[in-house]
Amino acid sequence: MTAATEATHVLLAGGHKARQRKDRTMTVLIWGAFVLAAVPLVSLLWVVISKGLHRLNGSFLSHSMRNVFGGMDAGGAYHAIAGTLLITLGASVIAVPLGLLVAIYLVEYGRGPLARAVTFFVDVMTGIPSIVAGLFAFAVFAIFFGPGIALGVMGSVALALLMTPVVVRSCEEMLKLVPNELREASYALGVPKWLTIVKVVLRTSVAGLTTGILLAVARVVGETAPLLIAAGTTASINFNLFSGRMMTLPVFIYDQYKQGPVPCRAGAAGVCIPTINYERAWAAALTLVLIVVVLNLLGRLVTRLFAPKLR
Amino acid sequence: MSQRIDVTDLNIYYGDFLAVEGVSMAIQPSSVTAFIGPSGCGKSTFLRTLNRMHEVIPGARVDGKVELEGVDLYGPDIDPVAVRRNVGMVFQRPNPFPTMSIRDNVLAGVKLNNKKIAKSEADELVESSLRGANLWNEVKDRLHKPGSGLSGGQQQRLCIARAIAVKPQVLLMDEPCSALDPISTLAIEDLIQQLKTSYTIVIVTHNMQQAARVSDKTAFFNIAGTGKPGRLIEMDDTATIFSAPQQKATEDYVSGRFG
Repeated sequence: MTAATEATHVLLAGGHKARQRKDRTMTVLIWGAFVLAAVPLVSLLWVVISKGLHRLNGSFLSHSMRNVFGGMDAGGAYHAIAGTLLITLGASVIAVPLGLLVAIYLVEYGRGPLARAVTFFVDVMTGIPSIVAGLFAFAVFAIFFGPGIALGVMGSVALALLMTPVVVRSCEEMLKLVPNELREASYALGVPKWLTIVKVVLRTSVAGLTTGILLAVARVVGETAPLLIAAGTTASINFNLFSGRMMTLPVFIYDQYKQGPVPCRAGAAGVCIPTINYERAWAAALTLVLIVVVLNLLGRLVTRLFAPKLR
Repeated sequence: MSQRIDVTDLNIYYGDFLAVEGVSMAIQPSSVTAFIGPSGCGKSTFLRTLNRMHEVIPGARVDGKVELEGVDLYGPDIDPVAVRRNVGMVFQRPNPFPTMSIRDNVLAGVKLNNKKIAKSEADELVESSLRGANLWNEVKDRLHKPGSGLSGGQQQRLCIARAIAVKPQVLLMDEPCSALDPISTLAIEDLIQQLKTSYTIVIVTHNMQQAARVSDKTAFFNIAGTGKPGRLIEMDDTATIFSAPQQKATEDYVSGRFG
């Protein structure tokens, strides 16, 4: 070994041990954090599935709670599933166009004090406690229909209030990701601004927009407090958003759990199940989780269909 | 077919900042005009005023005149969208629309404007534009593949095909080869030579050999210092600019003494 080789070797081999130690430590820390984050998730899924699967069957999914009382081995969440789907759909019909248009305004048109004010209020709205949204929807409808009113559409309004800022925020980020070069390419072809937005900007970001909107839906589909106030509770099926109370899955879960164990008479073991309310609550919880999973899968599918392809 | 551009006393502002000052020049039809000069001297800014693309940047405005065959592009009844249909543009980085196939990219000017076009007519337009951009033979068997799957040089030629498919009179090119390798650059330069018979071509380039190779006229822009406006120093036949320029600054720049 010449002196130069020796010197170079020292130069290249130096600090090797210390760096390797740091590398190991960080790897362990990061894996530890991952496991720590995954444990509650997995355990939550495990509990919901193990407790809910037992009662989740065709009868549970196709019956309401009408004329079901005590520890009867009957009843289901059909009315609550229908209510959740309808109210969330109503909320999306309000919040998605509104949120998307606000996001387009902020990214493509907004400058100066108005845009800053909109951004500020969207941020403030993100922090509104959900119960306040419910009270707000109730207060608005109480002006027109008097006190004691509870409608499915009120629930939609309350959820839309919570959903809009989330939609604005995520759509804004997605629209910002569209490279300016594409807008310029479109302008240079003599395409007006509005067509550029509709056919280039929205088209390019549609996968991200869908993901953002579905996340916003997932965010509100499990809301309980505002729906308790705005849509009320009922044991019956109601498909009309504009008339009468409407049950939803989170409220159904709360309602069932609140009723607690059923005191059964001795000897009624075959027809009276003491834990029936808890079982229904868990089955409804599993249904809610499944709805969110299906929404996410739909989002993935849309993303895959519309994402820009390379080959 | 191709049209001449006359610019008189053009000042370009970004807000209150004067970016380019007092440019007057005549751009001849059916020829290639090259803009050279150091970075930040306003060549690209000036180029973008020729089809009102600079207006996309908020606060940008001009005073002075830009006339296309005698019509002031900044006249009160002139529609910037129509101007851009007449004066096409190719950008520094190839920017095909990533959601569109090669064929749809060529037809983008038609499709994005919601214009109806018969399939046979569309096929013809795609073929003629791609042939015009020297790309037809390379992509004719995969017209329905995404445009972003092509190589950089092919993508840039696709962008040129897209620009000529709207049948402009003038084609502006903002450093069209700066992101390309020498072989693709050569392909684009050959293409420019063919295109100049039917279009007025204005090209911004940092590559002086390229300006010397492709252009008939060359304009040299310079800037006195940071924060000062860019100016047109000299414009003449390309041969004159590179052999016997009038101005000292031009000679220093083309001989590589600065910039």
